Amino acid sequence: MNRELRNHILGLLEVNTRLDGRKLTDYRQPVEIEYGVVKTAEGSARVKIGETDVMVGVKMEVGEPYPDTPDEGTIIVGAELLALSNPEFEPGPPGIQAIELARVVDRGIRESKAVDFKKLCITPGEKIWMLVIDICPINDAGNLFDASALAALAALKDTKFPGFNGEKVDYKNKTDKKLPLEKEPVSVTVIKIGSKFIVDPDTEEEKVIDSRLTVASMEDGTLCALQKGGDSPLTQDDISRMLDIGIEKAKELRKCL
Amino acid sequence: MSYKQRIDGRKFDEARPIEAKVGVIPRADGSAMFKIGNTWAYAAVYGPRNLHPKFLQDPQRGILRCSYNMMPFSSSNERVRPGGSRRSKEISMVTQKALLPVLNLDDYPNSVVDVFIELPQTEAGSRCAGICAASMALADAGLEMKDLVAAVSVGKVADKLLVDLDYSEESYPEGSVADIPVAMMPNSGMITLLQMDGEVKKEELIKVLEMAKKACSDIYEVQKKALRDKYREVEV
Repeated sequence: MNRELRNHILGLLEVNTRLDGRKLTDYRQPVEIEYGVVKTAEGSARVKIGETDVMVGVKMEVGEPYPDTPDEGTIIVGAELLALSNPEFEPGPPGIQAIELARVVDRGIRESKAVDFKKLCITPGEKIWMLVIDICPINDAGNLFDASALAALAALKDTKFPGFNGEKVDYKNKTDKKLPLEKEPVSVTVIKIGSKFIVDPDTEEEKVIDSRLTVASMEDGTLCALQKGGDSPLTQDDISRMLDIGIEKAKELRKCL
Repeated sequence: MSYKQRIDGRKFDEARPIEAKVGVIPRADGSAMFKIGNTWAYAAVYGPRNLHPKFLQDPQRGILRCSYNMMPFSSSNERVRPGGSRRSKEISMVTQKALLPVLNLDDYPNSVVDVFIELPQTEAGSRCAGICAASMALADAGLEMKDLVAAVSVGKVADKLLVDLDYSEESYPEGSVADIPVAMMPNSGMITLLQMDGEVKKEELIKVLEMAKKACSDIYEVQKKALRDKYREVEV
C-alpha cells in the first residue's frame, strides 16, 4: 500500500507540488501559537500547524543540583504520544518514538543555552529549580517534531516562577518574575523523499520518507542541535541543502512567536 | 457551621460556566471538548475497530474501553507523574460503566470502541467533565445511542447542599464536606455513575440528587447544542 502512496507522492514532487497542493518547502497554514492556555502550569502554550495540535506545559519543582554542577538548575523534557491524538498510538509507557521526540526537543533548548541554568540556582549545592516540560499532542496530523519544539519554546517564554518560601513551593500564587530566556532556538525538520526535500510532512508523507534531519537554529542562524532520522543515508550535499532549508524556514517560524 | 455564600458568588444550584465543542480532534472518529469552570476535558473516540489481543474479544458484541488521564501539568499543585495511578484506573473503570448503558454495540462483535479522555487543566469535577466530553464524542462518532450522558458533582459543604463543587469547596476547611459525582441519562433520569465521599444524611442525598438532575438537564442542552453546531449551515 505504501509503495503506491510513495509513487504517487514522488510523482507530485516531480512537478513541484504535494497531496494538499503545497509547494515543497511550505508549512501548512496557519501556524498558530497561543500562550498561557493552561492555568495550572507555570507556563504553557498550544501550537497548531495545519491540523496538527500540540500542548506543552511547564511545571517548576525545587530539587537538589547534580554534584558536578552545584550552582545550576536543569530542564527535563517529557513527551507522551497520547492515544487520543492518533489512531496508531497505543496507551502505555513512552516508546522509542516518544523518547526521541522528547530528547530532540530537550537538546534544542539545552544546547542553545536558551535557559541560563545558573539563574535557576536557589542555594548552591542545595536547592535549584527544575523546569519540567511536558509535550502532549492533541491531534497528530504530522510533523510533531517542529510543532512540539515550537510549543516548548513558547511555553518557556510564558513561564513565571511560582512562590517559594525557602521550604515549600506555593503553586497557587505565581510571582510576576518571568523565566529569563537568553536565546530562542527554533527547529525545522527537513525530509528527503527520493531526491526531493520537503518540510512539514503530513500523515501520509510521514509514511514514505527516506530520511529526515531536524535542524535547530538560533536567531543568527547558528546551529544548536541536529538529529538525523529515517532509514536512508544522506550525502554531504544533501545535508548542506537540508541545513540551508532548515535555517531559512526557521526565520519564517520565528515570526509566529 | 453555616456556609452562607459560595466563594465564587454562584447560587447553590448553579454550575460553573460551561463551554463545549465537538469535532476538535480531526484524526479521531469522534471527539469533543468540555470545559466547566477551570476544569477542561478532551475526549477522542476510535472505533469500532479490531481488538487485540484476541482473548479480549466478545463474539456477541463490541466492547467499550475507556481511559482517563490527567496531563502532567494539569494540577494546580505538583506535577502529575505520567503513567497512570490507582485513582486514574478506577476513574477509567467507572467512566466505562457510566457510558456503556447508552450504547448498543451488538452490531460490532469482536470489536472495540476506545474512548480516550485527557485533561489539560483540572480544578475539581474532572471525572464528570470527562464523561460529558466522552458522551459527546461517542455521538460525534456516529454510534447508535439511546441517550447522551451528562455528569456533574453535587454535594454538601457545611450545612448547604450544592451543585458543581469547585476546589475551594472540595477542601472547605470547616465542617463536613460531601462530594458526590453523578452521571445521568437525561431523558430517562437513570443514574449511570454514583460515588460519594464525605458525610450526608439519606434525605439530603435524595434532595441533592434532584439538584443533580436539574443540573444534568442544563448540561444536556449544552451538549446537544454543541453537536448541532457542528452541522450548522456555513454562512457564505
